[in-house]
Amino acid sequence: MSDITSRHRALVARVLEGHGKASLAVRRSAFDNSGLDEPTSTLVDKVARHANTITDADIAAVRAAGLSEDQIFEIVVCAAIGQANRQYSSALAAFDAATGGT
Amino acid sequence: MRLGILDHGHGIRAKAVFALIRIFSRHQVVDAVKLALYRPDFYRGGGVTHEAMRGPSEWSVADRELMAAFVSKVNQTEFCILAHSATSAMAYNDGAKVTATLADLETAPVPEPLRATLRMLGRLTRENSLGADDMREVLAAGVSHQQIKDALAVSFAFNVTDRLADAFDFAVNDPAAINAGASYLLSRGYR
Repeated sequence: MSDITSRHRALVARVLEGHGKASLAVRRSAFDNSGLDEPTSTLVDKVARHANTITDADIAAVRAAGLSEDQIFEIVVCAAIGQANRQYSSALAAFDAATGGT
Repeated sequence: MRLGILDHGHGIRAKAVFALIRIFSRHQVVDAVKLALYRPDFYRGGGVTHEAMRGPSEWSVADRELMAAFVSKVNQTEFCILAHSATSAMAYNDGAKVTATLADLETAPVPEPLRATLRMLGRLTRENSLGADDMREVLAAGVSHQQIKDALAVSFAFNVTDRLADAFDFAVNDPAAINAGASYLLSRGYR
């Protein structure tokens, strides 16, 4: 059967702990969607909760705040993986609760 | 694309791949491929996605592509809805089934275990969490434990990809390019 466990763990570890242009603290905050200043917090929250409403202005705002394109790239990736990860963890916990974890 | 680096910031090797794609497919390089080949040392989603979509599973490839399209529909991510609807339709050899499922899951001509699984993935994608009762509903529809885990893997992969497609503003391709992409995904997968 397919098993994404090891690949999933490696994906999360790379974006949170691997070499990058944004600081580890900012990447972690983007992943958690918490503890960021404006305008980055607005962009990250949109990525997490309604990414289809993101506009050019949201990206322009973080660029104007001094973030490079590579930093924006990393922050968006962390925010997307963080939200999907929270969904996934919640679903696996629900599965364990319903089945006893088998 | 909202970031210039995703259009023009690739290394020489990726640019060579893009040139080959343009020559052999006779289509522009789709934005999903540009993302996949940008700094893969940092973000390499293809490994998880390929395992979820093409790894061994009781779900068919067509079923999992339908799950990807369905999750993308809930997220309203146009690029991914079109790409994975086309891939699922090609894999089922039944476009009407895919269209009907995205239009109204409750009346679509799909087996009950798949319907219950899609319902669960829709709820997870919309509400960001699930409870034990949600899982009991899926189990009661005859879905196996492993099928649930496999479907959740698809949901994880596409809840990442949809967000990136929307945030970076992937261009929506013309139907010929979408079908060429679907053929590629069926023959080669996501690696």
